[in-house]
Amino acid sequence: MRDVAIVSFAQSNAAREDRNEVEILLPVVKAAVASSQLERSEIGFTCSGSSDFLQGQPFAFVMALDGVGAWPPIKESHVEMDGAWALYEAWVKIQTGEVDSALVYAFGKTSSGDLAEVQALQLDPYCVTQLWPDADSVAGIQARLYMERAGRSERDLAEVAARSLRDAQSNPHAVAKGDRDAEKLLAEPYRTSPLRDHDCPANSDGATAIVVMAGERAKTLCERPVWIRGFDHRIDPPALGARDLTRAPSAEIAAARAGVGDDKVDLAELSAPYTHQELILREALGLADDVRINPSGGTLCAHTMMSCGLNRIGDAAQRIAAGEGDRAVAHASQGHCLQQNMVCVLEGE
Amino acid sequence: MSDLPNALKSIVTPVRLEYDHSAGAAATGFLRGLTQKKILGARTGPGEPVLVPPRGADPRTSELAAELVEVSDKGTVVTYSIVRVPSDNIPFELPYVCATVLLDGANLGFFHVLQNCALDEVRIGMRVQAHWAPDDQLTENVSSIRYFEPIDEPDVPFEQIEEYA
Amino acid sequence: MANLCGVVGIGQTKYDAKRIDVSMPGLVREAALRALEDADLTFADIDAVVIGKAPDMFEGVMLPENYLADAVGATGKPLLRVHTAGSVGGSTANVAISLITSGIHDRVLTLSWEKQSESNAMWGLTVSPPFSVAVVAGAGGFFAPLIRSYIQRSGAPEDTGIRIALKDRLNALKNPYAHLRIEDIDFDKIASSPMLWDPIRYLESCPSSDGACAMVLAREDLAAKAPTPAAWVHGTSMRSEPTQFPGRDSVNPVAGQLAARDLYRQAGIENPRQEIDCAEIYVPFSWFEAMWMENLGFAPENEGWKMVYEGATALDGDFPVNMSGGVLSSNAIGASGMIRYAEAAMQVRSQAGEHQVEGARKALGHAYGGGSQYFSMCLFGKEKP
Repeated sequence: MRDVAIVSFAQSNAAREDRNEVEILLPVVKAAVASSQLERSEIGFTCSGSSDFLQGQPFAFVMALDGVGAWPPIKESHVEMDGAWALYEAWVKIQTGEVDSALVYAFGKTSSGDLAEVQALQLDPYCVTQLWPDADSVAGIQARLYMERAGRSERDLAEVAARSLRDAQSNPHAVAKGDRDAEKLLAEPYRTSPLRDHDCPANSDGATAIVVMAGERAKTLCERPVWIRGFDHRIDPPALGARDLTRAPSAEIAAARAGVGDDKVDLAELSAPYTHQELILREALGLADDVRINPSGGTLCAHTMMSCGLNRIGDAAQRIAAGEGDRAVAHASQGHCLQQNMVCVLEGE
Repeated sequence: MSDLPNALKSIVTPVRLEYDHSAGAAATGFLRGLTQKKILGARTGPGEPVLVPPRGADPRTSELAAELVEVSDKGTVVTYSIVRVPSDNIPFELPYVCATVLLDGANLGFFHVLQNCALDEVRIGMRVQAHWAPDDQLTENVSSIRYFEPIDEPDVPFEQIEEYA
Repeated sequence: MANLCGVVGIGQTKYDAKRIDVSMPGLVREAALRALEDADLTFADIDAVVIGKAPDMFEGVMLPENYLADAVGATGKPLLRVHTAGSVGGSTANVAISLITSGIHDRVLTLSWEKQSESNAMWGLTVSPPFSVAVVAGAGGFFAPLIRSYIQRSGAPEDTGIRIALKDRLNALKNPYAHLRIEDIDFDKIASSPMLWDPIRYLESCPSSDGACAMVLAREDLAAKAPTPAAWVHGTSMRSEPTQFPGRDSVNPVAGQLAARDLYRQAGIENPRQEIDCAEIYVPFSWFEAMWMENLGFAPENEGWKMVYEGATALDGDFPVNMSGGVLSSNAIGASGMIRYAEAAMQVRSQAGEHQVEGARKALGHAYGGGSQYFSMCLFGKEKP
């Protein structure tokens, strides 16, 4: 495998954007390219992630080409997935030896539609979607099962929220933040019991961009390149009754294959839109109690669907680059109840 | 599966989703202009190509195209098609002509419909002008230009517009 | 290329306007199982799955591959979903090929599909954002003006499109999977079919089809053991450019030219017309064959139309194009690009039956999408590169 490093990262997240997708994306891509020290024309491959259903129109990603430097023509691809998978495709492309570097970006405007309702269209179209179960209700079913199996309480979930909101205070890109203890949060009413508002993601609009570079050259582009040491992703069956919702088997496989347990982990950025999912993931990834979880506030505090997974990878890389740790685990997920999971192990030079 | 007795072949699940779109900065200027019978394009700076309608960025450079520039509501047909396919959301009677019009002062073809023109007279290079909605019906929508129609000016030779065709 | 990749299994569904005999999972399984059978493998032999399809709105399911994960045997495996507009079937295969050539996986299943009858594709394509006015219905309205420009530029005779359509529709009669098989097809029947988007006639247009196409890919040593000799990948390429900008040539786009050049460089091809034996290219409206012959470097600029006049692109010509009947005969949008790849691979594996080009050793698969702005290509060879 070729060594590939994350050499730059930029993001934009806001509760509601009045700019269109191109206008949101353009400065983010520009910032990532500028801080990579590379000329746009030097970057070998471009890959992006987004979803038409968020935009409510087909080919939502085509317009984005206006803002990302696609002239003269570029080697480019797009996944209808979270941008973390676009990064994976770019990493694969670098492994083939055809290119040495890539620009990866993702964007999403969750505020355009009713996100929890839009996500009902991800379920079984013949037998489940007709009921229009919104995403929060489906997550509530998973939370109830998980608490029962793991002996966890609503207080445990509230502790996750309180810590995330507190950490988000130092993250200018988080859209939910604050200093409220679990006691206070538990006094709030339920949204979809056992979940309260603070257990559910703070939806946001935004974009994320990352530049990766292979080999020695990465060392010349930044002070401390952050190397991708393990990268794997897996999927579980879709039917909510066909798998154990209290676990994330696909995350377990991905973590094992990415080598999470091979060495000490300093920090982890987990894409858990709901509080209980963070607890499921800690277990699935085998993270020790002393691992710092979601210092950014995580996806719970800025749920820009389609870019939040890539954002986790960027957030983790940024902290390693800044010397806050030497080894990090970044995670992305997709689908209801953590159906599809990706694990990326990052190490500082 | 097709040999299942009494197989259920089809079910209908109506899907209705509502979206609240943002026009964005560039399109906002363009759409506001339409309410005053003005066609505004955008460019990245003086001397740069004028994009109509504005796309937010100049696609060649990905630089923000934020400077608004008024262009003429007259232009030249650079290419066209005669449409005979019905569709629920098309408000024009069949057949009708859709055309790419290079507006005077713009550097990008503008896609719209031609009316008041015999089908066998449509041609590349012909001169046309916007036909606006009545003043009280001008809105922030491209339909404020109801259609384009021919005007009595000499055709533009193909060589002069080939780059935009 | 670091590692070699071979196509060891190919599976197609019957293409039809409405495959109401199967669900979405049933449709994709039909193609996947046929590809596995062709390779004499099972889902257990597959390391990863790469799925492609065009807009989710065509079926009304968001990220439908998550719903289809177990139907394509992806449980516990990596699954990727590619979407690059109309070129998606090609780029999906390119991504799958890269999983082999990078050395990451040994065997990969790749599959592209569309079940347009589950929703309303015309609606899906004509959904317009607010602030704008719907001017044209469907893709034809977008591409017809480009054809008009091509005619003006090249001086091609007006019946070029009819001749191309006739060739493809005759070829489709030799392809059992083709959606449109019009037994009494002839020049007059196409010429007298209704004009839809002038200059495109009804019978010069692609249909809307349900269908899926799958391929099993394997690394060199495994591919060498395939029950039917593998089609070897000699190169893949992809290029994109923005939809519209001042001075853009949307008839002969630079992105397509560059992708072709890159492909030929990888495959060591100097004279494509002579060294490549046949091609399956993405032609949703007849005239595009002539336009792409130029874009791909098989004919000089403004002379692509002559190839159909000379009979070069006919099944018995010196450079057969769209032997399967092409997109004009079967158009399961998301799958159409992969069908081009699969049909090209079938040619070098001598699997194409009645539409086989005798002695085909090198075949091109091609797809494009968006406003003629996304291109993906692959060159398959009978021998290893």
